[in-house]
Amino acid sequence: MLARRIIPCLDVRDGKVVKGVQFRNHEIIGDIVPLAQKYAEAGADELVFYDITASSDGRVVDKSWVSRIAEVIDIPFCVAGGIKSEADAKEILMMGADKISINSPALRDPELITRLADVFGQQCIVVGIDSFYNKDANNGKGEYQVYQFTGDEKRTQQTGWTTFDWIKKVVSLGAGEIVLNCMNQDGVRQGYDIEQLKQARAACKVPLIASGGAGTMEHFSDVYQQADVDGALAASVFHKGVIAIKDLKSYLKDQNIEVRPC
Amino acid sequence: MLEMMTKKKTAGLNVIVDTGCANLASVKFAVERLGYQVTVSDDVELIQQADKVILPGVGSAKHAMANIKAKNLVTVLQNLTQPVLGFCLGMQLMTESSTEGKQTSTEGGNSEDVYCLKLIPTKVEPLKAHENRLPHMGWNTLTHVSNHPIFNDIAVGDYFYFVHSFAAPVSKYTIASCEYGSTFSAAIAKDNFIGCQFHPERSSTLGSKIILNFLELDSTELNQEQVKL
Repeated sequence: MLARRIIPCLDVRDGKVVKGVQFRNHEIIGDIVPLAQKYAEAGADELVFYDITASSDGRVVDKSWVSRIAEVIDIPFCVAGGIKSEADAKEILMMGADKISINSPALRDPELITRLADVFGQQCIVVGIDSFYNKDANNGKGEYQVYQFTGDEKRTQQTGWTTFDWIKKVVSLGAGEIVLNCMNQDGVRQGYDIEQLKQARAACKVPLIASGGAGTMEHFSDVYQQADVDGALAASVFHKGVIAIKDLKSYLKDQNIEVRPC
Repeated sequence: MLEMMTKKKTAGLNVIVDTGCANLASVKFAVERLGYQVTVSDDVELIQQADKVILPGVGSAKHAMANIKAKNLVTVLQNLTQPVLGFCLGMQLMTESSTEGKQTSTEGGNSEDVYCLKLIPTKVEPLKAHENRLPHMGWNTLTHVSNHPIFNDIAVGDYFYFVHSFAAPVSKYTIASCEYGSTFSAAIAKDNFIGCQFHPERSSTLGSKIILNFLELDSTELNQEQVKL
């Protein structure tokens, strides 16, 4: 049976792994390569590297770390941030990344998803979505809204898309996987946004990865069992040693959730 | 025959065919992590001289076959007699044809067959995933494993990393299978040609074991008689 994936996420800024709370106040966690190696050996099913500065400040970013990661790890990994064109995607994939994830550039140029899928195959095109629940929107009824440039607090802005409409749009354009980052939950370890992820699940037939809010092992079993996501992404609980992947997999197995043994 | 295999690293020439596809680097690194040297090349003579040839690939069959044709490698690959291992799309290229002509969902149902290398007589078709989501992406278990030497120390229930929406059906050339809505070939082989639908280079320790089995394979083990499920 296909295993549910556990995916540590490493936010990268200036070549270091960092973590902030609700996208702010980034603190340095450590060097990329040894951390990647550590997680691969610990039993992570996949890794995601978000270059969180890239989309928002428009400069050319040194991506040589992608190749250094590919050299040492033997599990799949995805790179996000700053991929705006076929040439950018090719560079990252040729360095050894298995997938690329696009977020703000897809909002600016949705057809980019189709062009990338045509050249590299749908399977390696992930669309990352930063979704914020605005309780006052929609005449006070509340609405999930898509945000962009979330790597930089000063430039973070709301887009015209509601989250579920955008999910349907990117799948129709050829996205092979969706990572839904629930911004209200990010970094606060109060659990994944089950309600939002359930609705996202209903809106897409491609693999869906939950992101934002993991704090305990129960949060993982809840999101797999209640929202039927294919994978769950988390950062701080792994970086800070709150949850060991080995313990998490053992716990999930006890809950009858299919996981790959460490 | 298996006990004749040694654990010593041979000094043979290992070549990864430069198909112009994107996972060349990760395949190269995976071989190098095992302590073997490997060359990425599209040079005809080098490929012909190699002791072992790896055919990687990601993306669409149409795109990859166009690259192989542009590099004049079709007959070169078809005439190889040394062991050849295809990964993922590389496996699919070993078949007769693939319906993966048009891949993205925007293209609707206007698929056209792509003619492949015709090394293994089977055809790649859309994966019959039924209620399961596509692409089939992630770690899945092998449901049958033959005694082919490439699967030395690999067992039913072992997890490998899959990423695909197309697959070869189960046939007499199937040497391992996997289930996702339906049963399909996780690996196929005929004579010196072996292909894995999953990504050994991204399948942790067990994936590395398969690559090692290939690198240590004694080509006389791959005789005309097929190893059956």
